[in-house]
This record gives sequence, C-alpha cells and structure tokens, in this order.
Amino acid sequence: MKSAIVVFPGSNREGDAKAALKQATGKDPIMVWHRDTALPKVDLVLVPGGFSYGDYLRCGAIAANSPVLREVKARAEGGMAVIGICNGFQIITEAGLLPGVLLRNANLKFVCRNVGLRVETSGSRFTAGYKKGQVLSIPVAHHDGNYFADPRTLDELEAEDRIAFRYCGPEGRLDSVYNPNGSIRHIAGILNKKRNVLGLMPHPENAIEPLHGSTDGKALFTSMVEAVS
Amino acid sequence: MKARIHITLKNGVLDPQGRAIASALHALGFNSVGDVRQGKYIEVDLAETDKGKAKAAVEQMCNRLLANTVIENYAIELVD
Repeated sequence: MKSAIVVFPGSNREGDAKAALKQATGKDPIMVWHRDTALPKVDLVLVPGGFSYGDYLRCGAIAANSPVLREVKARAEGGMAVIGICNGFQIITEAGLLPGVLLRNANLKFVCRNVGLRVETSGSRFTAGYKKGQVLSIPVAHHDGNYFADPRTLDELEAEDRIAFRYCGPEGRLDSVYNPNGSIRHIAGILNKKRNVLGLMPHPENAIEPLHGSTDGKALFTSMVEAVS
Repeated sequence: MKARIHITLKNGVLDPQGRAIASALHALGFNSVGDVRQGKYIEVDLAETDKGKAKAAVEQMCNRLLANTVIENYAIELVD
C-alpha cells in the first residue's frame, strides 16, 4: 500500500504517523508539504495531528483551504482513503469531508492521557480489524476535541453506522465522566458516507508499541493495509 | 472601503470560553452578570468602491473561511 502524509507548518505528529504507517506497510510514506499542489498517486492520505498554522482563526480552518487539501478532497471524492487524526480531524472537517465541527473542550483544559474508546462499527477499512463493542485504550492530546453537529446530522450518522469510535469507560459504558472533552453523544471518530474517510481525535499512532503502554492502535493501520491488498 | 465583521456563536452552541469569562466576572464582584457569549471581530481592507460588490465578496469570505456556519453567524458592516 502506498501512503502519504500531508505536513503543515505546525504539524507535530507526522513522525509518529510515519512510524505507524511504516510498521504496517513496510514502506516509508511520502511526506507532502502543504504548498505542494501535486499529490503523488497513493492509496491513503493521512492528515496528522499538531497545530497547523498555529490554529489561527479556527483549528484546521487555514489548512483546510491550502492547495494540497483541495487535491486531497478531490481524490477522497474519487474514493481514495483519507484518515485525519486530531488536528487532521479538525482539518478534514473544516474542509467539508466530514460533517460537524470540533469545539474547544467543554472543561477548557488541554487533555493528554489514555482514554477508553469503544469501537462502534467494524464496517470500514479502518476498523475492520476490531470487533464492534471492543474497548481500546488510546491516548488523546487536544484542546479542541469537543465534537458538535446538529441533531439531524447526528441521527443520520447513527442511522448510517458512521460513528466509528466513542469515548467510554473500561467496560465500554458511556458516561460523561469518561468523556474527556464534552463531545456530543460521546463521539470520538466518524466516517463519511462512502466510508473511505475517517476522522478521529485520539492518536492510534501513539499506541502501536508495548513501550507506548498500549498496542490497541495497531489494528487500525493493519486494517487499512489489508483493505488495499 | 473597510469591512467590519462580527462572528458570533449560534444560539444553542455551547460556549465554554464565554462561561469561563462569566465566572471570572462573578469572581470580580460583577454580580449582575448573567450569560456571556464571546466571538471574533475581523477588519478587512478592500480595494473596492462598489458597496454591492464589496458585500458579496465579504459574504463569500465569511462562508468560505472566516466563519464556520455550522456553529457561527456573521454580521458585516461596510464603512468608507
């Protein structure tokens, strides 16, 4: 599988994402700078975490309008896989690849810790390696992860099985005490209609080695590789 | 021409920053303070003399970049 990582001024998880993609594919992903308008022919584009353009205006808003993102959007509409993690989720949401928006955390605090994450669907190339209802331990590190959308959009996401992950307790129970950012309906990650685009706030790329304290993120990357081969 | 743009959160969208400002005002003894909602103010200089054209351009700027209309409203004022 050929993959690329889009890098903006202020991205900071591109190295971790690169390590995760290399571990899963055996090949280094191509790093694409934000000014590049030519996107190499790849099967997957990863938009990494960080603080693109200093989070000016709104998180992800400036990056969403960069030349490279226009190209990513066009290819995603053509079926190419796109995964946006953390700031990447904010960027692809601002770009209109996913519905809704990520607001400031409800408690106004930057949260950096492992959270419980319940797999809500295994019906996607990103989550096929998990069982529905499986509880993962994956770190989050963000200030603006409070997912919001109007009730109609949320009902549509649920009806179409497009919620990929929800924040949960150790046994998979949903409760506001396990929700690190106030995200509506405990949503941590969602899919687009065609199921080729995933956005999520937690960092699966930081849960791929025993030294990370969890290897629960690994299956996400291996699922994507298996979907292509 | 100059465009003065106010961007505010829509009703019903939680504003944790506004809430924090309200509680800081309460801590300062401003007990009459109720709800606080915060937003953004943006000034754009325009090389345009036609008001209609300027308004149309600024509306596009708001829809495409300056505001996220999922959660925000905007109000435009044009001054010479």
